[in-house]
Amino acid sequence: MGLTSINNINIRAIAACVPKKEESNFDYELLTESEKKLLVKTTGIEKRRVARDGLCTSDMCLESAEQIIKEFNINKEEIDVLIFVSQTLDYFLPATSIILQDRLGLSKNTVAFDIVLGCSGYVYGLSVISGLMSNGNFKKGLLLVGDKSTFSLSKEDKSTYPLFGDVGTATYIEYDPNASPIDFNLQSDGSGYEAIIIPDGGTRSPWTEETDKVIEIEKGVKRNKRNLWLDGIEVFNFSLREAAPNIRELLEYNNTTTDDYDYFVFHQANKLMNESIRKKLKLPAEKVPYSLQDYGNTSSGSIPLTMVTQLGGKIENKSNIILSAFGVGLSWGAAAIKNANIKCLPLIEMD
Amino acid sequence: MEDISEFIKKIEFEIDEIESETINPETKFRELEEWSSMMGLIFIALIDTEYDVTVNGDDLINCVTVQDLYNVVKSKIQ
Repeated sequence: MGLTSINNINIRAIAACVPKKEESNFDYELLTESEKKLLVKTTGIEKRRVARDGLCTSDMCLESAEQIIKEFNINKEEIDVLIFVSQTLDYFLPATSIILQDRLGLSKNTVAFDIVLGCSGYVYGLSVISGLMSNGNFKKGLLLVGDKSTFSLSKEDKSTYPLFGDVGTATYIEYDPNASPIDFNLQSDGSGYEAIIIPDGGTRSPWTEETDKVIEIEKGVKRNKRNLWLDGIEVFNFSLREAAPNIRELLEYNNTTTDDYDYFVFHQANKLMNESIRKKLKLPAEKVPYSLQDYGNTSSGSIPLTMVTQLGGKIENKSNIILSAFGVGLSWGAAAIKNANIKCLPLIEMD
Repeated sequence: MEDISEFIKKIEFEIDEIESETINPETKFRELEEWSSMMGLIFIALIDTEYDVTVNGDDLINCVTVQDLYNVVKSKIQ
């Protein structure tokens, strides 16, 4: 069972940073006018932020972390844990979190490591940092989460290019013996690993001359094996099948009902999918915020980005929140946060 | 399960720009002017919401007409 409950963890603040450069799906040439309309209606995605060459996930996470450190006047020497959750790392090795320890000017006593997960990454990352800090040996931690998904997209693939945007976020966690427990339900199914995949470049299938060969899957869908491949229908079905039962199990486990929660923050995948999940759980629309209209699917950063852009000032007084994330892996999970007082800082934009 | 005319009404409702009664059981849905791969997702979501049944990618590939799709949904309900 992936169900667990973690005590003594207080989520104090969330910050998010997006690239300044914005692209609109109405300007995307590979789609006809009626396809554009259908795309926006179905996915809900109108605009996306695209990081320029050289701007990495870690740079945006760093800005977000600095914003929190300044706002809370945190002594950098006191940050014990730094976890970076991403699938767009600076290098194959070393781990990006370690480079960030130095760039942020944190102490050499910092516990720093990476977690390589996508869509589900925020919920998983939160569970790992919470578990690590729960016994009180570590008092302050930073969870840095995000992706530069556009790095691997083929501009000539209309089935992926209009969907994704870039973001880097930071979440500030404190040890707090008075905090309500955070409950998690975490799951995985590797049989679906090919549903979202970058085929080449790992040790299973290294780069060869074949890697850069452009393959035309159908009209408007051209990509090579460095690019992200997405089986939309399989991912759609997986999310429809798994997300709602995962949340229901969590609520049964912690003995609450959907009425006990103020907000349900879903991974921002696409509107049709998220709305189907919302209806399955019979949630009122005002409890389910969206950021995807302006930022697209922002991978592991989508939950904190949605909180920063949609819930600023709204979750600072004993809010109860469900987070639910699902996607690449396949990997999915939910978290129930009770009596939350989370400060969402203003969104940062970066050139 | 309700009869196919109700099923067709629901499909027509989901396709914004289609005149009602354009679709009949023999309609090859991929040949509709309004068809695109995203319409596949719309059908899947509709069927999931209305009938609590999952139509997967292979099911969809094997369907040519609206009648085929109706039959798949019906067989999964039973």
